[in-house]
Amino acid sequence: MSPARRRTLDRWLPWLVPLLIVLFWQWLVSDGWIASRLLPTPLSVFEAGWRLSASGELPHHLLISFQRAALGFLIGASIGLLLGTLSGLSWWGEKLLDSSVQMVRNVPHLALIPMVILWFGIDETAKIFLVALGTAFPIYLNTFHGIRGIDADLMEMARSYGLSGRALFTHVVLPGAMPSILVGVRYSLGLMWLTLIVAETISASSGIGYLAMNAREFLQTDVVVLTIVLYAILGKLADESARFLERRWLRWNPAYRGGQVQ
Amino acid sequence: MSPSTLFHPRDGFPESDAEPHDSAIYREISTTSRPRAGSHLKLDCIAKRFGELAVLDRLDLEIPSGQLVAIVGRSGCGKSTLLKLIAGLETLGSGQLSTDGQPLSAHRDDTRLMFQEARLLPWKHVLDNVGLGLAGEWRPRALAALREVGLENKAAMWPAQLSGGQRQRVALARALIHQPRLLLLDEPLGALDALTRLEMHALIEKLWQRHAFTLLLVTHDVAEAVQLADRVIVLEDGRIGLDLTIPLPRPREPASPGLSALETRILHRVLGRSEPDDDEASPHASRTPTP
Repeated sequence: MSPARRRTLDRWLPWLVPLLIVLFWQWLVSDGWIASRLLPTPLSVFEAGWRLSASGELPHHLLISFQRAALGFLIGASIGLLLGTLSGLSWWGEKLLDSSVQMVRNVPHLALIPMVILWFGIDETAKIFLVALGTAFPIYLNTFHGIRGIDADLMEMARSYGLSGRALFTHVVLPGAMPSILVGVRYSLGLMWLTLIVAETISASSGIGYLAMNAREFLQTDVVVLTIVLYAILGKLADESARFLERRWLRWNPAYRGGQVQ
Repeated sequence: MSPSTLFHPRDGFPESDAEPHDSAIYREISTTSRPRAGSHLKLDCIAKRFGELAVLDRLDLEIPSGQLVAIVGRSGCGKSTLLKLIAGLETLGSGQLSTDGQPLSAHRDDTRLMFQEARLLPWKHVLDNVGLGLAGEWRPRALAALREVGLENKAAMWPAQLSGGQRQRVALARALIHQPRLLLLDEPLGALDALTRLEMHALIEKLWQRHAFTLLLVTHDVAEAVQLADRVIVLEDGRIGLDLTIPLPRPREPASPGLSALETRILHRVLGRSEPDDDEASPHASRTPTP
């Protein structure tokens, strides 16, 4: 296989199966195998998307959801990274933090929604809080394990070359833990949308979750399905951005260079 | 005077027509710019235990400045522990370690250890690995150090793209850039193939002659010890079993008759067979070497 052809396949082949599914779906509904009342055709979903985009409604909700997601993720990821570093690096940190974090981690954070509404009302803070909570733990866990998993031989070498404190952290600990941290980031980005959508479905006057809830009230199945498709696309985009970071920051690792294991 | 002159006589003395690899001129320049002879190492009654096990048992050893000493012995004879003690990576049980009459701990920066594995940071380019822990304008010096081990053209590569021998040479450059007065090598060639080892022998010998540091080499390979060292020490049960000067001139041909005879003698000792002409008074006798 020639390299050019290989690249083309690399780019387009992953889209083949989704495309076939959409075609099959269109055929199922338009041929009457499934009532269009129960499931709108892809075409009508696309029309709904076009309509809402033209009216400015869709970009508006999309932007708001994106802002909430990004801010919540930023806060959650920072907290996860900080706590994970603390318990990864120090015995005291682990003893004091780890069990508490593990306990809170296992509380389904959606169970907190009543309390969150009570504390923050139904405005932005509540949603950002939930997203931050949801995204912090995967990053905490993976940072912790990444730091603990650093090759002790490399640490010994770095110490024997006079590295300590901050230099040791930036030159050895952080880059050494980075593959693991990025796994956490990838996982967190998935949870980010999940948490946000649920938070928006329960109490919001804007955002994609709100759009879906509103459409359900009026039985606009095409808009409901549109929002579902949007989640899928947003999830894919989040995953792509995590992979972008991996390719960029883990260039040194042959497993991430050029996108294929050598 | 910038320390890089140790690597580049030309940089410091642009008017000089000296051949860069001429070790005599090299030494003259490096001593005028900075008096850095190899460490004179003295170990007094060194002991180290791990639990019940005495790894090193009241060991005495004196290594004059600039000597190349090989330490051989069976696995677990304490040779790696000895090296780590000198490098400050293990704490001393009892006894005294000193260089040039002062406690060794005061001269930590003069000592560099090269490990069995290269231990390069895989997330740093080769050049950044060489400059690890340095501040200021270290890049030209790191390039110069890479040039010394013949890897200048690999500066922008990742360690994962290098062969095992190249990685060890990068590790050597990383040690050299600190201008150690005492270089400790902990079986750094153990994982390399035979041809690469021969190249590394030549390189280590060349760099040792050029920089005049004291060099302590721990190895499993008796042939390697005899080939490289001024003096071979056999460790047995945490003590010096044999302390032998290798009086042969350099450069030494590998596997020449003189080397082979010495190698056989040391091998017999390491393997615990009786020597054909046992002139050692006692296992603990430490003959003073004749440098």
